[in-house]
Amino acid sequence: MSIATPLFASFGGAIEFIFTPQTSNVTGGKGVGGLDQVIELLLAQLEVTVLALALAILIALPAGLFFGHRGKGELVAVGLGNAGRAIPELGLIALMAAVIGVGLFNLTVVLAILGIPPILVNTFVGIREVDRSTVDAARGMGMTELEIVRRIEAPMAVTSIFTGIRTSTIAIVATATIAPLAGVATLGEFILGENVYGSNGVLAGAILVALLALALEFSLAGLQRLLTSKGLKLRAA
Amino acid sequence: MASLAALPLAAAGQVGEGFFHERTPGNRPCQANPSHLFCWDWARENIDRYGTPALQQLELVLISVVLGFLVAFALALLAHRRRWLRPPLLAGTGVLYAIPSISFFLLLLPITGRSRETAIIALSAYTLQIIFRNVTVGLENVPESAKDSARGMGMTERQILWRVEIPLATPEIIGGLRIATVSTIAIATLAVFVHAGGLGTQIYGAANLRFPTSILISIVIVMVMAFIFDAALLTIQYFTTPWRRARAS
Repeated sequence: MSIATPLFASFGGAIEFIFTPQTSNVTGGKGVGGLDQVIELLLAQLEVTVLALALAILIALPAGLFFGHRGKGELVAVGLGNAGRAIPELGLIALMAAVIGVGLFNLTVVLAILGIPPILVNTFVGIREVDRSTVDAARGMGMTELEIVRRIEAPMAVTSIFTGIRTSTIAIVATATIAPLAGVATLGEFILGENVYGSNGVLAGAILVALLALALEFSLAGLQRLLTSKGLKLRAA
Repeated sequence: MASLAALPLAAAGQVGEGFFHERTPGNRPCQANPSHLFCWDWARENIDRYGTPALQQLELVLISVVLGFLVAFALALLAHRRRWLRPPLLAGTGVLYAIPSISFFLLLLPITGRSRETAIIALSAYTLQIIFRNVTVGLENVPESAKDSARGMGMTERQILWRVEIPLATPEIIGGLRIATVSTIAIATLAVFVHAGGLGTQIYGAANLRFPTSILISIVIVMVMAFIFDAALLTIQYFTTPWRRARAS
């Protein structure tokens, strides 16, 4: 009871912040929070996440398919994946803001850089793991190399490719939370602006970011099921 | 102007000549330049201040990864014994993995406040999925024939687990540990948001945010730390799986 009461008060305050504007000490009577601002910032974070993810997929997927099919560049792909994991997101965003400058375009590029390694590595590994005799059979049937990639290798590597895309999405949406450091207002605005939004705002921001990330994760899991071919699903069952 | 103002003082003998310098673009220190990327002189003189944050970060990572490993390993053994536990545990740890660390940190605020504990809980929760998945896959991949041989030698199920299955799953287990450790080293930078120290303190903060030198030094320390741990775990794997070398040669 003694712990639970302030706990309910904190989360209750945060949820109130999400739905109705609150007074703030520093905005001169202008309300902060509330559903309108929440939706605006949520959409902004979704926008930059989708843009960066699209850019990352556009670069990493063809590269992964190409190198995986050729069976070349394993060391480079895996090394890149390991190095990518070790980059501190906060440092990368701060460095970009300090050296290159702030803005949506720069932010999208930096987030895409964070998103590329997981997609590249998982696509590469997924393609490499397709049984070589299956590929040879397809070649024997007269398929061109492009057809083999598109109709044999890519469908069989869907699970691995999606693991990469999901990891990448998690990294991008998480990093988009600190986007206000790069001059783009996302839900992180609530988290980084405690003096404006108060502790209720910080907690509300944390709740909203978590919900957004989980919503993206579940949508991608659903999409993955849709894109996995029926034959492969049967085999897994 | 400054030198004119200094003259009476210098004449009165209060300060020596040469005490006042006019700051010109020529003799300005690097960090006072509006556009600079890295100040070697500043770095050389101030590298000491990164020691404590680096140690704090190291401490956060070690505690979190060990804690995460113990929990995930226990869960994986449990799921290995009772197969039906696997999907719910995979989904549960998956949810913890998907929640952005920064948001996880702050969700814990009403419970543990801005503290080291908060950072450690969130960081270890993040490692669960990676380690759990790798340990279960590793145990799964142990060939049935190896287990049959062990049974034939009269081993009990418990002996098979500890002396056959877990050793044979070592590459996957250490693989998971490598991913978890390297990611946690990078993510622990965010501990600055719950006042738990670490190298994030040298990146975030009004002065550091406009000082690329400090940001770059912090990034480099984090990445070098990650590389050292990755190499160390690979070495451990090399020495704990001698049969892999025997097969390779």
